[in-house]
Amino acid sequence: MAVATTSAKVKWGLLDAVVVVFALIPVLWIASLSFKTPATLTDGNFIPREWTFENYKLIFQTDQFVRALINSIGIALISTLIAVVLGTMAAYAISRLDFPGKQLLVGVSLLIAMFPQVSLVSPLFNIERNTGLFDTWPGLILPYITFALPLAIYTLSAFFKQIPWDLEKAAKMDGATQGEAFRKVIAPLAAPGVFTTAILVFIFCWNDFLFAISLTSTERSRTVPVALSFFTGASQFEDPTGAISAAAVVITIPIILFVLFFQKRIVAGLTSGAVKG
Amino acid sequence: MADIVLDKVTKKYPDGTTAVHEVDLEIADGEFIILVGPSGCGKSTTLNMIAGLEDISSGELRIGGQRVNEKQPKDRDIAMVFQSYALYPNMTVGENMAFPLRLAKMDKALIKQKVDEAARVLELTEYLDRKPANLSGGQRQRVAMGRAIVRSPKAFLMDEPLSNLDAKLRVQMRTQVSRLQKQLNTTTVYVTHDQTEAMTLGDRVVVMRGGYIQQLGDPQTLYDNPVNLFVAGFIGSPSMNFLAATVEESVLRTPLGDLPLGDRMRSALSGADAPRELIVGIRPEHFEDAALIEEHQRAKGFEFTMPVDLVESMGSDKYVYFTVEGERAAAADLEDLTADAGGADLPPQDNLVTRLSAESRVRDGVDARVWMNLDKIHLFDPRNGHNITLHEGKAAGVSAA
Repeated sequence: MAVATTSAKVKWGLLDAVVVVFALIPVLWIASLSFKTPATLTDGNFIPREWTFENYKLIFQTDQFVRALINSIGIALISTLIAVVLGTMAAYAISRLDFPGKQLLVGVSLLIAMFPQVSLVSPLFNIERNTGLFDTWPGLILPYITFALPLAIYTLSAFFKQIPWDLEKAAKMDGATQGEAFRKVIAPLAAPGVFTTAILVFIFCWNDFLFAISLTSTERSRTVPVALSFFTGASQFEDPTGAISAAAVVITIPIILFVLFFQKRIVAGLTSGAVKG
Repeated sequence: MADIVLDKVTKKYPDGTTAVHEVDLEIADGEFIILVGPSGCGKSTTLNMIAGLEDISSGELRIGGQRVNEKQPKDRDIAMVFQSYALYPNMTVGENMAFPLRLAKMDKALIKQKVDEAARVLELTEYLDRKPANLSGGQRQRVAMGRAIVRSPKAFLMDEPLSNLDAKLRVQMRTQVSRLQKQLNTTTVYVTHDQTEAMTLGDRVVVMRGGYIQQLGDPQTLYDNPVNLFVAGFIGSPSMNFLAATVEESVLRTPLGDLPLGDRMRSALSGADAPRELIVGIRPEHFEDAALIEEHQRAKGFEFTMPVDLVESMGSDKYVYFTVEGERAAAADLEDLTADAGGADLPPQDNLVTRLSAESRVRDGVDARVWMNLDKIHLFDPRNGHNITLHEGKAAGVSAA
């Protein structure tokens, strides 16, 4: 590879800067709004003239938001856990075994991923009302798993396919049962894939608005994105922009923490050295 | 330690193809046996069946006198070294070698002792804390060997363990493997497609092709008395020369000249179903510069004169190439060989390779007088590849009485 010249570095640096700015300005704008007082909200300044934490205090004082935050965290974590565990097993089977109906399974899971979710909302609404799942945690966890599973299976089977099969054979020859071979050899190597998948699934569940607004009706299971839309101002003529911004900032934080926490584990090239290469 | 017996072991896949046909093989305790053959000959499948990584379709496999067909790999107490090494990348060298012992729930102190000992034997002591990614190819290979030897299994299975190493290292490791096997005296089944490895390593060599055992014997026997064209062409480097020949009256007409036929060959070839067309096979070292042949030997051979194409001096001897006019030797066996070698190991059919003494004065482009040993000539039936010069299992040459 050619050594990057100064001009090339500058060019790439500029390009990166444009991308970063493009992606971050809306986020910073929201953050800036969340620190503004109602009076200066619409002054168009990027940096607030009057800093205030009033908006943050406000949202944590309302039971509505805190309750929604708990719902969101709980539902997203449980969905992620189940989807990743099921997805790991399914992906392992798909990448390692030849069983009848394998192509069908892969095809159906792809189909689910492609199915427009909005068209399922009405039937799901009716099903859940009749089965008593409406406005409960499982009522959201179930559809989340359904739509997260194809994603999990696809990502994970790509990771499993990179793991040399010889390792599993070697483990068996070394005296491991099928289960031990999976637990002690394959699973540690698949860890980066599992974490990547977990992040993707978590973000999907965390950000969902469509199912959350359609399949919930009270604070029992309402998640944050929906709760935000139910925020009201002090009077009906007042727009709760500041509070919504503050809430938006707050709910971004878990995602950032989640990614930062798992990022360390996503070490590329973990399998290097296993086989000749 | 144990003996391994394959009794009519067959591997049939669900799609109907048969990879291994009723292989009978008795591997003695402590023996080093090589399965060799071109890719797709069933050697790896056979090894995997011994390992338990593939099911046996029919027949019986016994290790130490016990039927193990239905046993899981982990219950067979055999260790395997893979072509890819298959080291666990998330574990250090020491952990890799300790893995089988940890699975066996062995005492920690004992594990450490065994790993240290294996590391010492394989000169890996200073690398015990490294990850496989930070090792060279040869070191990884040694770790793979180490993982196999730590638990003193009944047998070692090796699936082309050296084929990922570069040429020089391969020769070094070959000696090391051989020495290690002698030292441990553990039954070893070694799969390779490299005939040099097969010749140098094994007590006995099994040549396989298309799922059938072609010939089984010690390396020298395979080399001197190949039962068919395939074995003759596969074993030896540079490989045997093959020439088309026809039987006429009492002589054998070849592109090199008419060779005399001894009584035995003549009677063998006089039968009603005896082939008229034959393939003559002769190894490069059974040629010699006629000027260097002593008088009493001259009579045992046949001399011809031909223009030299090319001389390659190896220092110890000279490889001299000639171009042979006339029809090419054709047989299914030869096509298989060429296909396998990609034409690399096998000389082109119209090329005659001879290995002459270093003192020979032959030069490029000049006619050379060459002597060949008639006792060492093999005749093959092109229809089935059989060696018809074999007499009671020994190659007898064409002119034997």
